[in-house]
Amino acid sequence: MNTLIFRTVAPFLTALMVLFSLFVLLRGHNEPGGGFIGGLIAVSAFAIYGIANGIAAVRKALWFHPMTISAFGLFIAAIAGLMSIFFAVPFMTGLWVYPVILGVEIPLSSVMLFDTGVYLVVVGAITSIALALEAEEDA
Amino acid sequence: MAATPTDLSAALVMTPVATADWLVVLPPAWCILAGAVLLMARKSLHLQGFLAVPALAVLVLLDALLLAHVAANGPVTMVMGRWLPPFGIAFTADLTGVLFALAGAVVALAGAVHALTDIDGSGRRYGFYPFLLLLMAGVSGAFLTGDIFNLYVWFEVLLISSFGLITLGSEPRQIDGAIKYAFLNLIATTLFLITTGYLYGIFGTLNMADIAAKAAAGRAELPLMTLAMLYLTAFGMKAAAFPVNFWLPASYHTPRIVVSALFAGLLTKVGIYALLRTLIMLFPVEREELSFVIALTGAATMLLGALGALGQNDIRRLLGYLVISGIGVMLAGLSLGSPGGTGGAIFYALHSMVVMTGLYMAAGLAGRLSGTFDLSRLGGLYARSALFSALSLVLFFAVSGLPPFSGFWPKVMVAKAAMDIGAWWLAAVVFLSGFLTTIAVGRVFLLAYWRPAGGALSAETIPASALLPLVALTALTAVFGLFPEALLSTIQLAAQGLADPRAYIGSVFPGGN
Amino acid sequence: MEVPFVLLIGLFFSAAVYLMLSKFLVRVLLGVVLLGNAVNLLIFTNGRILREVPPIIPAGHDVPQALTANPLPQALILTAIVISFSFFAFLLVLVYRAYQDLGTDNGNEMRLAEPENDPLPPTGY
Repeated sequence: MNTLIFRTVAPFLTALMVLFSLFVLLRGHNEPGGGFIGGLIAVSAFAIYGIANGIAAVRKALWFHPMTISAFGLFIAAIAGLMSIFFAVPFMTGLWVYPVILGVEIPLSSVMLFDTGVYLVVVGAITSIALALEAEEDA
Repeated sequence: MAATPTDLSAALVMTPVATADWLVVLPPAWCILAGAVLLMARKSLHLQGFLAVPALAVLVLLDALLLAHVAANGPVTMVMGRWLPPFGIAFTADLTGVLFALAGAVVALAGAVHALTDIDGSGRRYGFYPFLLLLMAGVSGAFLTGDIFNLYVWFEVLLISSFGLITLGSEPRQIDGAIKYAFLNLIATTLFLITTGYLYGIFGTLNMADIAAKAAAGRAELPLMTLAMLYLTAFGMKAAAFPVNFWLPASYHTPRIVVSALFAGLLTKVGIYALLRTLIMLFPVEREELSFVIALTGAATMLLGALGALGQNDIRRLLGYLVISGIGVMLAGLSLGSPGGTGGAIFYALHSMVVMTGLYMAAGLAGRLSGTFDLSRLGGLYARSALFSALSLVLFFAVSGLPPFSGFWPKVMVAKAAMDIGAWWLAAVVFLSGFLTTIAVGRVFLLAYWRPAGGALSAETIPASALLPLVALTALTAVFGLFPEALLSTIQLAAQGLADPRAYIGSVFPGGN
Repeated sequence: MEVPFVLLIGLFFSAAVYLMLSKFLVRVLLGVVLLGNAVNLLIFTNGRILREVPPIIPAGHDVPQALTANPLPQALILTAIVISFSFFAFLLVLVYRAYQDLGTDNGNEMRLAEPENDPLPPTGY
């Protein structure tokens, strides 16, 4: 598995896949895609990087511990649901704002925040399991 | 074709929501929020306890406020994301659900305080408190949801957190217990999912109020008996009822003792709650036909639990069998279906949550003082600490169903309801299992507490934070044993609300269905 | 369309039960995975099978423009897939740890939690 070609290509492949996972995440509101599937793509990217360069490199590249990422995702997902308490609408109602940044109207919503939370939960949880399994492999 | 302006009021909640209604969703949402914060801060060990205990105290407060709200105004409903039921997921709190949720929160708070000095550094590093909060999210969600598929999701949330808790420390013995616990519970929840798939195929809805109304209307031509039997098997397995109980004695004695205490207080009772919700509220006619099967299962579970407890040398395994014996009493109450039977089952479940948690804590302290859980080697605890022995004795009395403690009243209610319909044998089994339990725990007191110590006991003083929850739980069982009137009348209302869910349905569909 | 699906579900369930009756945990684990897929197919079939378009509302509209497939079973299955996937990952790690720590993947030989010759409690002082 650990050929020179694979090790050379892996970082670029990882970067491309993470970028694609973000695209899938943002596309998810109105078209097929979303946080869960985007998160899985990102996890595959990290797994590829881990197979090529070892799990220590992945942990270093992620900077935060995977469980922390997952916990942060859970936190913002819960916050996204709870925000609607201030607008007298039920739990998890979608709230929208349309700020105009540099002349472009950008729709932002609590739904997107929730989806980002799901993305982070999936990235954190599955990465930590994948890394644990890869660590067993190394040992 | 241009978009026509659609009338949204057919699908969405258009009126502003009162802040008080938020109490329905706050318990699980709060637990998830607090659990996430604890998970992020899991490196700072000293912070964990200081954050988790107040968080659980807030949970108790939220559940208590919700209880007051529901007791005053009847069942409360909130739908997710403004979608009207049956399209949106509804959270509906009625008296039964809130009583269970409140008892669960109290037990979790007691466990968290007890764990301050009982879970060591490694246990905390593996994340005891985050898992506990997420477990409570699952438990509160299961008690408060009004949607049967959502109930399945909360079951899975609490299951996955319990996996985390049971493997805390990762000793080989724990892994062995965890394997049996994980596989058998997973099969039980899969059975639950299968049944829910059938239920969706039959009714085309997952909202429990909607199902209750549609089942009552179309009982003649729908295959509801299949659903009732499958739910009985699935939730019976979760509750550790007799022929499918083997995961419990195989696993409950392996984790840290606080974890055992919380499991004994919370997990099997969620199964009982789901049985009450499905069999009493959704399928009462089918339950009536299954009555004899449930009664036999209950009787066998009671006897198996009591006899199993008599044959155990390890006090933690002995307590595992007592949990099972208690489940039998609740099943006996469920099989009767009368207000007395259902009320007895609810009361016994609440009592069992408090008492079993207390008993495991007491066992943990006994083990800590003596360095062993073996009945053949324990001894001298009475001479060591009279207060601790007195507390344990109260809990022993309570679990045997002896007056004046809280186990007495529900047993009397169940036995009386059984004799009212002429099922004297069921009443006899309730008392026989109580008698056998008395012998089993009496022997523990005789050997572990009264017998002179064989070796030297540990000289450490019992820390206040370990003793305080024990005192609180013992006080609860004594208070509700001596003054059961207020609780009894609430439980009777709760049982009525389950048997006649018009108020529940009315809260989900205010404009009629 | 329902009959072939029902037969397929039956096949999945029997294979899953057969595997789960094995002594060896890896087979039990595979059985659990099959069981999860059987349940997903079951929910899918229970939601009625229609040859319709995916339930996606075109841009600029509030309601679907034609008859669409029932989205709810798909949502249920997606949830169930996510859950069974995470359980599979957890159980995989657990079984691997058990194999390392207990030295066996045979359920009958795992007697640490329930020793075979557990003594009876003493009958007297």
